[in-house]
Amino acid sequence: MTMIGLEIHCQLTNLNSKLFCPCKANYRDLEINENICPVCMGLPGSLPRLNQEAVKKAIIIAMALNCSTPEKIAFFRKNYFYPDSPKNFQITQLNIYGDTSVGGPGSIMVGDKKIRITRIQLEEDPGRLIYEGSSSKNQITLVDYNRAGTPLVEIVTEPDFETPKEVRDFLNILSDILANLGVADPRLEGAMRADANVSIEGGKKVEIKNIGSFHDLEKAAHFEITRQESLHSRDIEIIQETRHWDDLRKITVSSRSKEEELDYRYFLEGDIPWINIDYETHEKLKSEMPESISSKKERYVSKYGIPAQVADVLSSDKFYSDLFEKAHTESNAKEVANIITTELMGLMDTREKRETSKLTSAHLKELADAIQLGKVSRNSSKNALHEILNTGKDLSSVIAELDLGNVSDESELLEIIKQVISEEPQAVEQAKSNPQTINFLVGKVMQKTKGKADPGLTLNLLKKQTGT
Amino acid sequence: MNLKISALEYVQEVQNGNISAEDYVASTIEHVKGIEDKLHAFLSVNEKAVEQARLIDKKIKSGDKMGVCFGMPISIKDNICIKDSKTTCASRMLENFVAPYDATVIQKLKQQDATFVGKANLDEFAMGLSTEFSAYGPSSNPWNTDYVPGGSSGGSAVSVSAFECVASLGSDTGGSVRNPASFCSVVGYKPTYGLISRFGLISYANSIEQIGPLTRTVKDSAFMLNIISGLDPNDNTTIDNGNQDYLSGIESGIEGKKIGIIKEMIGEGTSPEVLSATKDAISKLEGLGAICEEVSLDMVKYSVAAYYTITATEAGSNLARYDNLRYGYEFPVEGYEFNSYITKARRQFGPEVTRRMIIGGFVPSAGQAGKYFLKALKVKSKLTKEISETFKRFDLLVAPTVPVLPFKKGEKIDDPVALFQVDINTVTANLTGRPAVSVPFTTSNGLPIGIQMIADSNQDKLLLQAAYALEQTVNLPEVPI
Repeated sequence: MTMIGLEIHCQLTNLNSKLFCPCKANYRDLEINENICPVCMGLPGSLPRLNQEAVKKAIIIAMALNCSTPEKIAFFRKNYFYPDSPKNFQITQLNIYGDTSVGGPGSIMVGDKKIRITRIQLEEDPGRLIYEGSSSKNQITLVDYNRAGTPLVEIVTEPDFETPKEVRDFLNILSDILANLGVADPRLEGAMRADANVSIEGGKKVEIKNIGSFHDLEKAAHFEITRQESLHSRDIEIIQETRHWDDLRKITVSSRSKEEELDYRYFLEGDIPWINIDYETHEKLKSEMPESISSKKERYVSKYGIPAQVADVLSSDKFYSDLFEKAHTESNAKEVANIITTELMGLMDTREKRETSKLTSAHLKELADAIQLGKVSRNSSKNALHEILNTGKDLSSVIAELDLGNVSDESELLEIIKQVISEEPQAVEQAKSNPQTINFLVGKVMQKTKGKADPGLTLNLLKKQTGT
Repeated sequence: MNLKISALEYVQEVQNGNISAEDYVASTIEHVKGIEDKLHAFLSVNEKAVEQARLIDKKIKSGDKMGVCFGMPISIKDNICIKDSKTTCASRMLENFVAPYDATVIQKLKQQDATFVGKANLDEFAMGLSTEFSAYGPSSNPWNTDYVPGGSSGGSAVSVSAFECVASLGSDTGGSVRNPASFCSVVGYKPTYGLISRFGLISYANSIEQIGPLTRTVKDSAFMLNIISGLDPNDNTTIDNGNQDYLSGIESGIEGKKIGIIKEMIGEGTSPEVLSATKDAISKLEGLGAICEEVSLDMVKYSVAAYYTITATEAGSNLARYDNLRYGYEFPVEGYEFNSYITKARRQFGPEVTRRMIIGGFVPSAGQAGKYFLKALKVKSKLTKEISETFKRFDLLVAPTVPVLPFKKGEKIDDPVALFQVDINTVTANLTGRPAVSVPFTTSNGLPIGIQMIADSNQDKLLLQAAYALEQTVNLPEVPI
């Protein structure tokens, strides 16, 4: 049986500062080595100053993944030499001397399958290495410490995955959960990274590192399973080792470094006193947690009668569900959900588009109301949305400028209908025996009005005119 | 200019206009320049000290609100960062390291209008107890320059003892303030763990070390403590002492206090001179109305082994950052692969630091931790439990600061284990986080002997009271310089 386990690293990008100093937690778009200070550079004499908010966020993540949370939290030092680590040790967490990391065993459901979480720990991200020079002879390594000290939550799973697809599904659900908690933006480049442990029946565990994206993770797992199976079929032993994902060749390559033999000499970080999480703090954090995705979904279905599939898509994306929460009323909820899932998600499918969009929840509310009142057709609403996204103008001026208003003037509509009837005598005839054909005629009217005809009124008038 | 005054006397004199800060600081610097060839207390002297003192005189004249130090010249152990000054830890590894920020204690002293004479010598990275492991040469004991001044804050103790400053800051990981204080006949104070911010103190064994003052009188130590103690957002291990005034009530005496004499600290290895001084001190304490009684702290016999195991482990980690990639000394990186570069770069560490880092790589390693590091932690926690129990019955504990007299330079340097054993009486306070003080008590053949007192956590005020009481009973000869 194939077993895959994951180690997921997620930066708490929504925090203001790093884990142990006031530098920015979101270092992106900054000049190289601009976001540093004596603490995150590990200068002699500097001491870590624990970001209490990071601890809270990490505990909230643990709670959301149904993990146990300890009464006392401790930090440890993981000692190893590497140029991206300014202190040559990493401040992290460990459970070997009692459960002192932010999260103990937990689980989440992926479809019908339960994926067990082993533990969750809070730690600091290292700096970033930049390699320059063409050949290995001329190669130089530069270090950007902007990232060093960024709060990172490591989520370790049990080897509960049997296929790469399950891994992918899990990661999608996990990143939705993390985004919904408001602790991180998993869409940011490098904000969420994962290593995988892969083994097949009768083989040793192989760790794959350096995987850039979830998409690649799925591929890497695929490749690794195939590699191991082919070794196995030829009776070649599968050794325990660490392999790196080669992004260009799309294969895993043995690291040949003896990483598994490294002795990290873990011991307590004396510069950070133990943190007590008493019952009250625990309960307070729990009460401050945002509504979960599954609870949102349930509410959308039961309260507003939104179809389960739509509710599912809507609730799992924090950006859209936030928009929905602000835009909807008791009466327009279904329409708002419909606009978001059928139109908006296509128009705002990238991070850049979301960021540059000028659409507000007020726009959305207005639009849904207008559709319900028959002021604008669903068809035209797409054009209106596009315009609003780009210009931020209010709905009424967009309708006026683009002439998107519904044709709901009876006499005007009647002219068009008469035209259609004369052009489609066969269909008119058919409609008398087959009521479905009337829809074809409605479609023709829509074509002529570029989708602006009030659909209800059109149907009524058509029925009258054709005598069906 | 009479340099032989205490910190409080200095403040009084300047405040009363009897002397100016500039005159006193200038005389001090002149004295330093004259005597440094003999003592080598400093690794660097602050060339701007006189100018800074002049500015403080100006400030006094202008009637501005003054800090409590009035330009008082202080020396700082060279493992505490002063902005824009070299901070070398007496190591070649940090030969060119210029601190870009002030330690919290320095910030506080600057706010109180102190001036800094210079950076005091120490054993490299504060590892040692004779100052002979300084990469820049040892300091000499002003009482007899053939002898070591103790360590690792040897330069600090020498500078206070030889009037090269009014007071000094050292750091005490296993006795590094108290040991040289005892050897040089000055007061050395190690506070309750967390009382003084360590921000800006270059870590050696961070879980047990504290910055502490070295002064000419107990009151001066209390005065310094008033300035530098207290909660610091930059050091998560600091404790809130509610702005306690350690000077007030310091003369209250120790009548009726119960004092335990730690049996294990006056055992076999204690020299006869030190033992007789200790007995003398106990009768003095009894004369002051204290009730003294012998007490056993069984775990003390393992304390040195535990101490070296824990400190080596922490040192191995704390000193790992010195890979010379971001700061350090001149050694170009071009042409090296990372591991070969840092291996070569780190050869600049001296013998004692290297020894402890090798131990520090071994004792917590997989397969060894159970035998060494975890056992050492167990000793630490048992010792802490023992001392907590003891303080239910006693207000204070007493013992000689160092079991032996100051020794000659070179005498023990080739015998690291013998050197380690000299720490037996001081490490307990560090391992248990308790405050401890060394009070100059007597001399034997012209070599100083200090008496140590230990109090329970956060009983620093009581400890200073007791130290002051003992200090009043002694009459010491003048340092022969």
